[in-house]
Amino acid sequence: MADPVLQLEDLTVCFHLKRGQLTAVDGVTFTVHRSETFGLVGESGSGKTVTARSVMRLIPIPPGEIVRGRILFEGHNILQLSDQEMRKLRGQHIAMVFQEPMSALNPVFTVGHQIADAVRTNLGMQKKEAKERVLELMQLVGIPSPASRYDNYVHEFSGGMRQRVMLAMALSCNPTFLIADEPTTALDVTIQATILELIRSMIERLNMSLIFITHNLGVVAHTCDTIGVMYASHLVELGPTDELFANPLHPYTVGLLKSIPRLDTQTKYLTPITGSVCNMLEPPQGCKFHPRCPHAMDICTQEIPRLREVASGHFVACHLHT
Amino acid sequence: MSDSFLEVQHLTKYFPLHHDVLSRLSGKTRTLQAVDDISFCIQPGETLGLVGESGCGKSTTARLITRLIEPSSGTILLKGENLLAMPSSRLLGMRKTIQLVFQDPYSSLNPRKTVMQMLSRPLEVHHLAHGWAAKRRQVLYLLRLVGMGVEHADRYPHEFSGGQRQRLAIARALAVHPQLIIGDEPVSALDVSIQAQILNLFRELQEELSLTYLFIAHDLSVIRHISDRIAVMYVGKIVEMGTVREIFAHPQHPYTRALLAAVPEADPCKPPPRLTLQGEVATPVDPPPGCRLYGRCPLATEVCSQVAPPLSDRGSGHFVACHNV
Repeated sequence: MADPVLQLEDLTVCFHLKRGQLTAVDGVTFTVHRSETFGLVGESGSGKTVTARSVMRLIPIPPGEIVRGRILFEGHNILQLSDQEMRKLRGQHIAMVFQEPMSALNPVFTVGHQIADAVRTNLGMQKKEAKERVLELMQLVGIPSPASRYDNYVHEFSGGMRQRVMLAMALSCNPTFLIADEPTTALDVTIQATILELIRSMIERLNMSLIFITHNLGVVAHTCDTIGVMYASHLVELGPTDELFANPLHPYTVGLLKSIPRLDTQTKYLTPITGSVCNMLEPPQGCKFHPRCPHAMDICTQEIPRLREVASGHFVACHLHT
Repeated sequence: MSDSFLEVQHLTKYFPLHHDVLSRLSGKTRTLQAVDDISFCIQPGETLGLVGESGCGKSTTARLITRLIEPSSGTILLKGENLLAMPSSRLLGMRKTIQLVFQDPYSSLNPRKTVMQMLSRPLEVHHLAHGWAAKRRQVLYLLRLVGMGVEHADRYPHEFSGGQRQRLAIARALAVHPQLIIGDEPVSALDVSIQAQILNLFRELQEELSLTYLFIAHDLSVIRHISDRIAVMYVGKIVEMGTVREIFAHPQHPYTRALLAAVPEADPCKPPPRLTLQGEVATPVDPPPGCRLYGRCPLATEVCSQVAPPLSDRGSGHFVACHNV
């Protein structure tokens, strides 16, 4: 693999809420290399989005606080950049696509105007030049007849087309790094298939690195080179996609794969993970998964397992694998 | 087919768009054909899976069957009796037989009512239990039935997780001893690990209480798991219907095939998801005559633009609505 682009080291993010202190991301460490696609998988509330937003420094502080850790982007610690430097980084180097295009786009401006805004702010282009660039971008992401769609509003676009607009905006300043936060979750499967295809081809064509956040294991299986699995604010397993699916090690990953109904076989009952996710305001001692884990041992209730490399590139945080 | 538990014949629901801007401009009321002439039946104890993309009319179908909205035409026979001709005095009794479970357990439960209040309400409406003690007994029974502890009876919805809330919604549906449960995307809002628990619960309850299900979902793997037979909908029409085995082993309709190819499977060795259709989903507002898939379909011929293909039997209970397969 090529050189590392983004390195998260021991990232820990807390939120100080009225009800107590919530650790949303706890000691997360991983590296994304140049032109690598990295999938961050986990259920709702596991800390995927907070991790991604920390990279963009979009965590509201307060109530949020980055307690520990470093985020290195091309060797520079993002957390120490000034606001002005950060604004330059966002958009021009790292771009983000959000889950709900309807709420991420502004309903009172035309789509063309909004993308042009991004282009003019970040690249300092003049109006006319910007429009040309926008039409080019709309073409790139497969919006049919861009010239006539330029002056349309968001509500005139379908869900899939709105996500294409988001992608056009993200790509507007030639970023080298893209963060996609559940970009296909709100879409139907057939539309999802086309958007995934589009993201894959953009990544390849523009030679970008990608963090793809999703709860859908099927989506990452076909989109990402490497997968990180998060559970209750911890990164519990990390490995190359093929390896992770063929040989999952963490009981949570194993459970997750078993609980998905499959298209090729039919069983009467599924094998779900018992119980439900712990209350993050009062998390259990030790491994956060131990109350639901079929293999829990004494040590699991006391000590948080560290992420260890068990095979080449395959990391797992579990006391079973030490 | 007289032994069907539920038989739907030529069910149609058109919504006139009176206040729509385009309708007013043209002076002609446009109609949204949400459900257009669909027919199917469900045998006792069977699970029929209704699958399709958003806006294809799945939920409208569910609401029509429960008479939450009135159809434009068609008949719905429940154990041989026409629901639509039923006088309103008997509707209450009918509603006891059919119950709905909704998609989002965060909006389907009243945040101001405790579990006890919420589950005893249907018992009061249908005069199934009199007195606090009898109601309490019933509620505790229902809680155990859906795998919840009796200590949960006096809590409010916000104290429960999504999976637990969906269990409560199921308990509320079961309170009146229904025979048919219509699940309108009941697991779509849940995380995978919880989704599996709820799917198992649906299975267990079906065996224990010999329930009949109409299960609506957009997720094909969920539909495959839970159903005995499947009906695939596209823009208000059923395009293919058959047993799970048939539909998954030999999908015939181009839309069903496209849908199956687009599902990303959690296995990197499987082919990646792709879309075999062109363009976007057709609009249900004043659609042109002919097949709804015309314009996107790789098999389309001249006749497809003129005549809507009927749903015809291709042997062993496999129905397909297509001119070219």
